[in-house]
Amino acid sequence: MTAQDTALPEDVAALIGKVQYEKRGDFPAERGYIWTSCASVQNGNPLFWDEALAEELTGGPIAPLSLLSAWARPHYWAPGAEGEQLSLQVHFDLKIRFELPEAIMTDNTNVFYEPVRLGDIVTSRQVLRSVSPEKRTKLGIGRFWVIDVEYHNQDGALLGTESYTGYGYRREATG
Amino acid sequence: MSDLTLDQLAKGDALPTFGVDVTATTVILGALASRDWRPMHHDYKFAVERQGVQDIFLNTPNQAAWFERYLNDWTGPKGRIGRMVFRMTKPVFPGDHMLLTGTVDDVSVDEAGCGWVRAEISLTVDGAARTTATARIALPTTPDDNPWDRRGERWKP
Repeated sequence: MTAQDTALPEDVAALIGKVQYEKRGDFPAERGYIWTSCASVQNGNPLFWDEALAEELTGGPIAPLSLLSAWARPHYWAPGAEGEQLSLQVHFDLKIRFELPEAIMTDNTNVFYEPVRLGDIVTSRQVLRSVSPEKRTKLGIGRFWVIDVEYHNQDGALLGTESYTGYGYRREATG
Repeated sequence: MSDLTLDQLAKGDALPTFGVDVTATTVILGALASRDWRPMHHDYKFAVERQGVQDIFLNTPNQAAWFERYLNDWTGPKGRIGRMVFRMTKPVFPGDHMLLTGTVDDVSVDEAGCGWVRAEISLTVDGAARTTATARIALPTTPDDNPWDRRGERWKP
C-alpha cells in the first residue's frame, strides 16, 4: 500500500476521541438469538444449552461473548425509521465524508468483561480513534480508520469493548 | 468437550485442528445471527459488482463466533475468553474449506490469581492464512476454580 496525502480535515479531526451515537438496544437479550448464533458456528458449548450447568458456572444463562455487538444492532426495519438502519454509524459517516463508497473491516479487537445475561438491555457508544492519510491498496484508494465501541448493560456494568479497523475505499478503473 | 486446567498446558502446545466447509448458508446464517444486514454478506451481485470480491464473505462478528466456538471446544465451558484480537487479510468465501489451528504462546497467573493462556490462532484456506488471531483465555488453576466467578478487580482481561 502507498500513502497518498497526510491532511485530515478539521471537522474529522474534531471527532477523534469524542463519544458519538450512544444508543440503547432495541430488545432484551434472549435465547432465540443465542441459539441461532450457536447454530451458525455449530457451537455445542453446554453453557448455552444446559441450564443446570449454566446455573452452576455462570449463575444462570449467558450469551456467547462474541454475540455482544448483536444486542446493540438496530432492526433492519422499524416503524417510523427511514432508510437503512446501520449499527456502526461512525464508519458510514466517514465513508460519506470522504466519498468512499466501499469499505471492509480489516482488524477487530474484543475485550470481554461482564457476560450478557438473558433480559439485559445493551447500550453502545462509539468513539473514533484515528483516520489515516489516503492509501492505495489492491482494493483501491482510501483511508483506514479505527473506531472503538463500548457496551454497558442496564445497570451500567461494562460488558465489553470492541475496536474495529475499517478501510473505506473507491475502486480504481481496471484494464 | 474437555475441561482443561492451567497446569495441563505449556507454551508450544498445539490446539486441536478444526475444519469446516463454508457454504453460502454458513455466510448468510452467520451474518443474520449476528444481526449484520449489510449486503456483502448475503447478496452475491453486490459483493462482486460493488465490493469487487469474488463472492459474499463471512462477516466480522461471525468470525469471532467461530473463534469462540473453537477455543471453547478446546478448553471446555470453564474457559472464559478475556480478549480476542484478529486481523482479516483476505475474506472467507463459500466453497472455502476453513481450517482453524492454534498454538499456546504463553501460560501465566496474574496478580489476582487468575490463570491465563495466550493462544495464536490461524484461519487458513488451502494452506494460506485468511485471518490470524491472538486470544487470551482464563482457565481454572485447580479443578475447583471457576474463572466465571471473577469480576471487578479480580478480572483483568
